[in-house]
Amino acid sequence: MSDNVLKVSVSFRVNGEAQVVEVHPLARLLDVLRDELRLTGTKEGCGEGECGACSVMVDGVLVNSCLVPVAQVAGTEIRTIEGLAADDRLHAVQEAFLACGGAQCGICTPGMIMAAVNLLERNPQPTEAEIRNGLAGNLCRCTGYMKIFESVIKACQH
Amino acid sequence: MLKRVIGQPVARKEGRDKVTGQTRYVDDLIMPGMLFGATVRSEIARGRLRGISFGEGIPWPEFTIVTAQDIPGTNCVALITDDQPVLAAEFINHAEEPVLLLAHHDKHLLEKARRSVRLEIEPLPPVLTMEESLRGSEIIRAGAGDNIFKSFLVEKGDPDAVESEAAFIVEGEYETEAQEHLYIEPQGMIAIASPAEGVTVRGSLQCPYYVQKALLGIFNLPPDKVRVIQTATGGGFGGKEEYPSMIAAHAALLAWKSGRPVKLIYDRAEDMAATTRRHPSRTRHRTAVSRDGKLLSMEIDFMIDGGAYATLSSVVLSRGTIHAAGPYNCPSVRIRSQAVATSHPPHGAFRGFGAPQSIFALERHMNKVARTVGLSPAEFRRRNFIRQGETLATGQVIREPVNLDQLLTRALELSDYERKKEIFARHNAENRTLKKGIGFASFMHGAGFTGSGEKYLESEVGVEATAEGRVRILVASTEIGQGTNTILSQIAAEALKLDYDLVELAEPDTANVPNSGPTVASRTCMVVGKLVESAALGMKQILLRSGLLSPEYSIDEWSEACRTYIEKYGPLKSYSRYQPPPGIVWDDEKYQGDAYGTYAWAVYVAEVSVDLVTYETRVDDFVAVQEVGRVIHPVLAAGQIEGGVAQGTGFALYEKVVWRDGRMVNNQMTNYIIPTAEDVPPIRVHFEEMPYEHGPAGAKGIGELPMDGAAPAILNAVEDATGVEVNQIPLLPETLMQLMESERNALCLITS
Repeated sequence: MSDNVLKVSVSFRVNGEAQVVEVHPLARLLDVLRDELRLTGTKEGCGEGECGACSVMVDGVLVNSCLVPVAQVAGTEIRTIEGLAADDRLHAVQEAFLACGGAQCGICTPGMIMAAVNLLERNPQPTEAEIRNGLAGNLCRCTGYMKIFESVIKACQH
Repeated sequence: MLKRVIGQPVARKEGRDKVTGQTRYVDDLIMPGMLFGATVRSEIARGRLRGISFGEGIPWPEFTIVTAQDIPGTNCVALITDDQPVLAAEFINHAEEPVLLLAHHDKHLLEKARRSVRLEIEPLPPVLTMEESLRGSEIIRAGAGDNIFKSFLVEKGDPDAVESEAAFIVEGEYETEAQEHLYIEPQGMIAIASPAEGVTVRGSLQCPYYVQKALLGIFNLPPDKVRVIQTATGGGFGGKEEYPSMIAAHAALLAWKSGRPVKLIYDRAEDMAATTRRHPSRTRHRTAVSRDGKLLSMEIDFMIDGGAYATLSSVVLSRGTIHAAGPYNCPSVRIRSQAVATSHPPHGAFRGFGAPQSIFALERHMNKVARTVGLSPAEFRRRNFIRQGETLATGQVIREPVNLDQLLTRALELSDYERKKEIFARHNAENRTLKKGIGFASFMHGAGFTGSGEKYLESEVGVEATAEGRVRILVASTEIGQGTNTILSQIAAEALKLDYDLVELAEPDTANVPNSGPTVASRTCMVVGKLVESAALGMKQILLRSGLLSPEYSIDEWSEACRTYIEKYGPLKSYSRYQPPPGIVWDDEKYQGDAYGTYAWAVYVAEVSVDLVTYETRVDDFVAVQEVGRVIHPVLAAGQIEGGVAQGTGFALYEKVVWRDGRMVNNQMTNYIIPTAEDVPPIRVHFEEMPYEHGPAGAKGIGELPMDGAAPAILNAVEDATGVEVNQIPLLPETLMQLMESERNALCLITS
């Protein structure tokens, strides 16, 4: 938003840490994460909720952060790609993406991994159809999705 | 004994950073005092620029404003033909042509300002089809007498003479449309520039030295004053081959004038509307066949729409032309081809580079010829497949073993083709609304630059060792997701008998790495990889000859040798420069000879369901069998094939660029549809490995091959399912509905 516009204070938690930002209430959560908090792991691919590169979890719900005004996340717990690995230990889904070739150019990867983690949290043993459906909001142009499906299946066996 | 590295699924070099979100792409970078840049573009396709006006309510003095007058050097994006301006000065030749640049530190005010610049353009009639372009009533090319960017004639034997011996003459016409790359990371650059320091740009790109070459003339600077650094790149597919030069120039011009770093990032809509796309094509075939199904002659007329400037159209046309007659042994061939100018934004490099277009036509046409002769598609191809010792259309003798018969047999087995044909025939007889079909395409793809291209490029690669024995590969070849970092490290590690973890790539930075050529044309593994292998072996030789290393060394001995060498003699580096493999001959004038050092060969099989209520086509299963020489990394290689098949599926069934007056109007992911996780079939990949003598560890090129085969295989399956001959892609449901209804109506007329 422009320099000289109305700003409000919005508080929420990101990856377990309390955050307070002074921004326009309609600022996109995506921009707040990337520009204000410098959490650039969340990517912008289309800006209209089609590609899923900006997927994050808000109170456990997967959202396209390009479509969420920051005022809407006041008081919530947000998880981004930066919050998945604990210290040096990767999340099982991240390990599986590494092992199975689920990431190529890497730009859809953070959103794709957030979608996969979200799916497995809701449904720890999804069928292939459920995996396909669970990831259908996240576009990948490199992999043809096969290695992503393999990654999710491998992560379930973890 | 060290374990082997080639053929092993080692961890992707930059994989950990990618899965943790730590990889920094261009839009993730900030620089102190940085401004944001924006581009004002023409909304109309053709005209004369009469004026520029700046709307009210914008604090214009705060803005950096750049027009063609601000270019310190030549107003031209240097590539092959120097016809494309950096900023239009007088004539507008396509919609979205850049005219003016703006920079400001406030992104939102910048966008408001961009919208309030008015370009006064006196319209001229645009040329929007290839037919209009050929008629030539409007000439698009500045200073030229026609609209033809390039034409080729490839001749073998005498097609006119053999037609009289033919039992059948089969004709067909085939069309493909524009396709968006749709890499998920939109294009962007950050530039720092000043007359004193020169120009430095960082950004999303495939070819650092292409960008450097373009900037030299624009800023009138020597190479040591123009530095180009590739940042992590979120997909390319050819879309970041030539267009990044334009964005780099724009960002650098704004930085030059403002004295501040400038970040210029396209949003999705701008990226889709303004950057390049795959060339639309139209191919005509006339084929003479004997009674027993032997190809006697092939006459092929191949045409592509180049858009408003030459860019890479001549070389796209070249590859499309050479692949147009496919992997068949035909005594007489004549291929005429043309790249024509239109008022579309320039079409450009896209994975496959003309070959997916001409191969789509050929593999649809070969099914038609088979049907005319009364042979199955498989049997017809078996009777005509090229074999070792036979010659392709350019007269290239196939010297290596090639066994397309075996690839076809394997592909048909893996897809259970014959049994499926029977099952689907029964199914289709009983089902009125859901039809099933299976089809395949057999094809080849040449690796590396066409003809003398690699000779002219003279690519150079370096390797250097640290005192700790770590090895760094110095190349301008970029990681764009396809695995450059990983496979080049594997190749060097194997050559040096070192652990993979000891090898890494230097950042692609023109100030530090030699020009290993562009990251295009399925050349990174085969051509650059071979140079990495020989540079690495050269480094080993240095240590062996200096007496610091014995032939059977351990890793500790290697490290010790590196340390001692560097202490005694200074930096330990080895370079290697491209030389054509022996026996490669190409005639640029006649377009005859060894068009490519080698080819990858493939047979792809698609199984489809066509819903006759919604007219939707769904690909249910896909088998991709190929010979790409030795496979360096099984997971990455399969990933290349699967991704290419998915992109080819989009090309065949979903991806339609909608034009209005020369502008793309569906420039959004919402209504330009690419395959999602729910759309792709299971893609089953099989490699027949046959080491190629001149490739690193026996490898050939792989990246473009999978883009060639999916679309014709799918459309052949659609024909099998519906009995309708569909010769244009993309095949959207509405197109199929029209085709089937018009056929039904024609049938009604006949029966009534």
